[in-house]
Amino acid sequence: MQNHPVFTDNDPQNELSTLNLGPTHPATHGVFQNVLQLDGERIVSGVSTIGYIHRAFEKIAEHRPFYQITPLTDRLNYCSSPINNMGWHMTVEKLLGIETPKRVDYLRVIIMELARISDHLICNSVLAVDTGAQTGFFYVMEYREAIYEIYEEVCGSRLTTNIGRIGGFERNFNEIAFTKLRKFLKEYPLVLKEFENLTKRNRIFIDRTKDVAAVTAEEALNYSWSGPILRAAGVDYDVRAMEPYSSYEDFDFEVPVGTNGDVYNRYLVRNEEMWQSLRIIEQALAKIEKEPSDIFHADVPDFYLPPKEEVYNNMEALIYHFKIVMGEIPTPNTEVYHAVEGGNGELGFYLVNDGGRSPYRLHFRRPSFINYQMYAPMSRGMLLSDAIINMSSLNVIAGELDA
Amino acid sequence: MGKISNEDLLKRISDKFQDQVTVVGEPFGLLTLETGREQIIDVLTFLKEDPTLQFIFLTDITAIHYPEQENPIGVIYHLHSLVNNVRVRLKVFLPAGDVRIPTATVLWNGANWMERETYDFFGVVFDGHPDLRRILNVDDMEAFPMRKEYPLEDPNRVDKKDYFFGR
Repeated sequence: MQNHPVFTDNDPQNELSTLNLGPTHPATHGVFQNVLQLDGERIVSGVSTIGYIHRAFEKIAEHRPFYQITPLTDRLNYCSSPINNMGWHMTVEKLLGIETPKRVDYLRVIIMELARISDHLICNSVLAVDTGAQTGFFYVMEYREAIYEIYEEVCGSRLTTNIGRIGGFERNFNEIAFTKLRKFLKEYPLVLKEFENLTKRNRIFIDRTKDVAAVTAEEALNYSWSGPILRAAGVDYDVRAMEPYSSYEDFDFEVPVGTNGDVYNRYLVRNEEMWQSLRIIEQALAKIEKEPSDIFHADVPDFYLPPKEEVYNNMEALIYHFKIVMGEIPTPNTEVYHAVEGGNGELGFYLVNDGGRSPYRLHFRRPSFINYQMYAPMSRGMLLSDAIINMSSLNVIAGELDA
Repeated sequence: MGKISNEDLLKRISDKFQDQVTVVGEPFGLLTLETGREQIIDVLTFLKEDPTLQFIFLTDITAIHYPEQENPIGVIYHLHSLVNNVRVRLKVFLPAGDVRIPTATVLWNGANWMERETYDFFGVVFDGHPDLRRILNVDDMEAFPMRKEYPLEDPNRVDKKDYFFGR
């Protein structure tokens, strides 16, 4: 690394100390390492090492049919896996030219916005923990649980959701899911407000976060940042607004933008995004009322698995089931790039298809991976304690970092 | 949709670079161009700094491997003009014996890890890159695992042979 002071072990001039921040350090919230050279409490230089949970998803994806790639996407940003799942479904739908019904789009929006809330609430509350405020974390954590219970009603699992299918959802939302959702919408704003009251105007929190790791818009764009941290630097780039997918154009929401890109601005942007997500969910619930309540997937028998009873009793369904599972349905020979606004920024899927049963090449544009590369250069000259909260405000998720 | 149509975009680029840039297609409305490694940095610089185009956002750099082609390794750039809300995709194909291309870190700092990842998985050497090391795989790995000849699993494994599964 450039500017890295070189001292031998027994050089009497060496007054720097080396700190291994990670791979398993409580402050990294994930498996990745930074080797820091410290002069007292100031960071002189840092070298990031990642790849500790690299699982070769892109290679595995070349050997799997499309519908089996969804569980791989779960494990990218596991704090908001439904967004990854649905981003992947929408990529495949774009490739195959599948039009989803409006109700499916709105149901997806509900789940994706819930995922965004769960992602941001973890990030912001952990930021508070890293500045020394443990309490708020426990208040909001209860509501991540409430979100996971809604996932559970929809897809049966909680963290790695594998939610939805190509064309829609595997089953319709049941009444319990809607009841839990309404309960969440009623209770969570109060808790979010309480959490905000704890931190937003808190002198200690502001002292710890304001002007820490400030990034200009030019720097952020130069490093290809995206998501809340780019918006905190003052660039209003949100994929939901710029290239609406899943009928986001039908919703009325604002894209919060910060001013100087410091940790406090990132906190404010994420906080405001949670309020906007709640607004979007309210609107989506109202819109769903007007749609036929029995539609939860597009009519694409070529790619959407028929119900199991039909497979056993209906020859056509059996044929489709067989063809889907064996991957015998022709797909277009082309390439597609589809991006969604993930919890951390632009989550892109670049899919090159050759008409076979699995992708010829699949590349994930992982926002954490691209956002995190600025961490070591920007830590130079920073206090160690500031670098820690800078890391938690970048919301680096190890799964998304390594793919 | 974007403020600049793909025709206008293509016209501006071909006015500047004539036949050095060829059109591959427009899959799903995303203009895809192919160029050579000699002028890739010029093309990227033009796209980034042209006052009307302003492709200031480097979305992604990745690569692809077509073993049967004459130039098997393709490096793929995705750029995004945030002002015009238009994306463009650029491809450069490289010969097997000489997989080298100039680095884009001269234009975007963000290209650093994207290029390291591409090097790690495809063995594309980015000339002038400040720190071209493996990033996700272990440092002493010898293969470039995303190339097609590299198998997903160890071919010497016997525990997954078909006869264990009655096939």
